[in-house]
Amino acid sequence: MSTPETAAGTIAGTGAGTTATRKKRHLSAYVALFPAFIIVLLAYVVTVIWNIWISFTDSKVLPVNIFVGTKQYERLFTTARWILSLQNVVLFGILFIAGCLILGFLLAVALDQKVRFENTFRTIFLYPFAMSFIVTGLVWQWIMNPTLGLQKVADSIGFTWIRFDWIVQSNLALYVIVLAGIWQSSGLVMAIMLAGLRGVDRELWKATRIDGIPAWRVYLHIVIPILRPTIITASVLLAIAVVRVYELVLATTGGGPGISTEVPGKFIMDYLFGRGNIGLATGASTVMFITVVILVTPWLYYEYFREKPRGN
Amino acid sequence: MRGLLMALVGATALIAVGVTGAQAEGKRAEVLHWWTSGGEAAAVRELANAFNAAGGQWVDTAIAGSGSTARPIGINRIIGGNPPTAMQFNTGTQMNDLAQQGLLRPLDDLAKEQDWKSALTPAFYNAIQYQGHIYGAPINDHGQNWIFYSKAVFQKAGVTEEPKTWDEMFAALDKIKAAGLIPVAVGGQPWQLQSMFNSILLGEGGKELYSKVWKDLDTDAVKSDKFKHVAEVFAKLRNYQDPGSPNRDWNVATGMLIDGKAGIQFMGDWAKGEFIHANMVADKDFGCILGPGESNFMMGGDIFVFPVLKDKTATDAQTLLATVIMSKEGQLAFNSKKGSVPVRLDVDTSKLDACAQKGLTALKDPSRQILAPDVLTAQDIVQTEQDLVAQYWTTPSMTADQFADQFAQVIEQAK
Repeated sequence: MSTPETAAGTIAGTGAGTTATRKKRHLSAYVALFPAFIIVLLAYVVTVIWNIWISFTDSKVLPVNIFVGTKQYERLFTTARWILSLQNVVLFGILFIAGCLILGFLLAVALDQKVRFENTFRTIFLYPFAMSFIVTGLVWQWIMNPTLGLQKVADSIGFTWIRFDWIVQSNLALYVIVLAGIWQSSGLVMAIMLAGLRGVDRELWKATRIDGIPAWRVYLHIVIPILRPTIITASVLLAIAVVRVYELVLATTGGGPGISTEVPGKFIMDYLFGRGNIGLATGASTVMFITVVILVTPWLYYEYFREKPRGN
Repeated sequence: MRGLLMALVGATALIAVGVTGAQAEGKRAEVLHWWTSGGEAAAVRELANAFNAAGGQWVDTAIAGSGSTARPIGINRIIGGNPPTAMQFNTGTQMNDLAQQGLLRPLDDLAKEQDWKSALTPAFYNAIQYQGHIYGAPINDHGQNWIFYSKAVFQKAGVTEEPKTWDEMFAALDKIKAAGLIPVAVGGQPWQLQSMFNSILLGEGGKELYSKVWKDLDTDAVKSDKFKHVAEVFAKLRNYQDPGSPNRDWNVATGMLIDGKAGIQFMGDWAKGEFIHANMVADKDFGCILGPGESNFMMGGDIFVFPVLKDKTATDAQTLLATVIMSKEGQLAFNSKKGSVPVRLDVDTSKLDACAQKGLTALKDPSRQILAPDVLTAQDIVQTEQDLVAQYWTTPSMTADQFADQFAQVIEQAK
């Protein structure tokens, strides 16, 4: 992130070796961008720093400046609900991203076979994405509620051995959230992947057909590597959804049964507002922030800043 | 009221309660609160009318959702230098941080002049104080440890007498189960589970143990055999719920009693609003028990606090509002619509319903009064224990010993 000093430095730097007109043009661009720099600085950098500072204070309902060292973090990591939240978000993240990518890819491949009514199917598959997580959560809550949904249907037609009551079992409820999440988001992945597939050169397909390579091998060894940027885009979008997962849990299980489906986002919101413990909540959000930075930095470096050995 | 959806959907709806009369020159008071359901809004209107009649001008800032939505909005406004004239809080420790920072107006003079001390029960008089100063004007008293039961279901199952002990209660629940009905309408949200647990702690564990746990935060009491016995009684109730209980809202659970599907529900007296709305009469269509075991009344409620204001007329409006809130007429008018009972002991309550009468009888005896955990202890501790109670309820493999140990650990950490 830039500070005003470095921004000014950049202006001077770029101006150094260029012509007067270009200099002027650059200057006006930077002047135009200046408010944005200030907003970024205040809205992101300062608030992040402030948030980290508050997590080292004894703030309860109000933020106060009484320094208590790492007390909030010690408490955080001995709180069963926080540990459980972290485990849940990791498990949810892995299953959700993998599920969406696989299902989205398969749907895209299926639609790419020049099927009839492709537009209709595409709309149907993409439709869940148009709904908010709240609606998705409520729908799945009803589907999986043993006194309203699938279980009741199964019972009423005599299949009492079928168990669709995952949502009320504390060790299975998280999978309902994963299912709901995949149902909601795989349509988006499909749309992105389909665009990627359409970008694959038709000549390539002709060539592989002449060589007699089976279609699944073409997908696995040629198409998927070509789709790599598409897959990365989809994964980033899904990963963001994982970090901020909140409404889905709230609407589907409310964090229950008990506290079995709690996630960090809900922990932070609850402690920030309902529970009047700003210190602990900012501690939790700092942990989330640092985790994301640790995970994202190597990837950003790998994708954008590494010298790429590109021969062809 | 605590519906999560409500909290999400109604972010900051500003609902104007009709300001009657044309006294634009009256003492203007902007009042921030979160009473937005039908019965609640009707109760607020009573209070607003009383204030306007006394020469004030009520400006209504109602925030839909629950206290956890509205409270941060109000607190932010106070910190941000744009405080409302008065703001709702729940009775107890919620106001302490603001009082500590000197953001609330002390009401000591007013309380002395109007003799609030003799009008209130000692427990409530203490609950509106922070470090010896009075900061809140209390408006109502909600009983939180009621067990409501459906008379129709009891009759169908052949339960003729109101259970007085937990043994009798379990016998009754077994009969209901045998009759093919749901014995306990459990709302499996953490706050409801904890309310159920506290109700058993107070009834079966007794007032002494309850105070040691919630008032003194005494870890020895938490590790005592009596506490573990309470935990076992609570755990035994798992066998009497139905599979649909997780994440069920409290009013849906009350609906199960109204429809004659379930036998009993542990809930505060706001549930009466649902019964009354379904045209059911207290002690005729549904019954109410304080207990079983020791029959104490767990008190919670709402207060108004008054942020420090520089403007003299606004301060006068605060004084007038506090006076109206503490008036006998204001208390009766508000509480007859709200389902709660007045905090003033000297109000004529003969017109309140049969369950309210039961509660009032308990309230006349100071030894049967006890404050709710939210009043006694910081929100932080109460709600962290709430997670634990919910975890215990949904983890049948957790023993009462483990539960007690972890309960004590939470207290140690948060102290």
